[in-house]
Amino acid sequence: MIGLEHYLAVAAALFVIGIFGLFLNRKNIIILLMSIELMLLSVNINFVAFSAYLNDYVGQIFTLFVLTVAAAEAAIGLAILVCFFRNKGSIDVEDVNVMKG
Amino acid sequence: MGIAEIAFYAFSMSTLIGGIFTVVSRNPVHSVLWLILAFLSAAGLFVLLGAEFVAMLLIIVYVGAVAVLFLFVVMMLDVDFAELKAEMAKYLPLGLLIGVIVLMQLMFAVGVWDYSTGYEGRLAAEIGTGTNTAELGAIIYDDYILIFQLSGLILLVAMIGAIVLTLRHRVDIKRQDVVAQMMRDPAKAMELKDVKPGQGL
Repeated sequence: MIGLEHYLAVAAALFVIGIFGLFLNRKNIIILLMSIELMLLSVNINFVAFSAYLNDYVGQIFTLFVLTVAAAEAAIGLAILVCFFRNKGSIDVEDVNVMKG
Repeated sequence: MGIAEIAFYAFSMSTLIGGIFTVVSRNPVHSVLWLILAFLSAAGLFVLLGAEFVAMLLIIVYVGAVAVLFLFVVMMLDVDFAELKAEMAKYLPLGLLIGVIVLMQLMFAVGVWDYSTGYEGRLAAEIGTGTNTAELGAIIYDDYILIFQLSGLILLVAMIGAIVLTLRHRVDIKRQDVVAQMMRDPAKAMELKDVKPGQGL
């Protein structure tokens, strides 16, 4: 039988890959969004693994809500990206300086 | 090693490989395809854990909707991705350093983690003997109905927001004018001419 720690290790490695992607693709917002999706997926693996090993359904239910919010976030993020590309003609993060923040 | 162990190692390897190539791939279309591989193998891990409903949901929502959305946007935008990738080597050492540090911290946390005493009495919704989907549905529509409705509201707001952000009214193309169509009168629209045989107009 596979232990809970195995699943936690896979989830931790996937989370780190997501963070690594955020640093590696500083300019390309599309890959940044994909890295965020990978990190959310690793959180979901943690939730489902704990749900299975603690014999409790709440982890799986919370995974559903994480999935919902991740889908909404991807849709809004890509819509903002398309809108930004229309105005600026680029998807470079460093060009996002209209508000001088 | 039983079949469950082999399946676990195969699915977790392909999840991690999919994640790594999503991040380092030069072509964003390839990135999306590797992301789909990562999600599919994560769904396999969920099936191994006995969470079939969440696994199928992951395939439907991520592979069917989110990944296709990413593909559409990647193909819609005319971006020079090679130029965006040019500075990738600059951030590689910093990214590797921070990745290794975070991974070590997470492994320390996993190493010393343990169950608290008497956790069995504090479980909120214990897994019974029924099918995964039926039991999950009973809990969602019973104890978590408010949060379920709120997540529907979040999706509605996201849908309206995405439509409003991407809708644009172009002025340089011909459009249907419904009022002009309905106010059209056959008497003004055409004229009957009596053409004599053998003569032109």
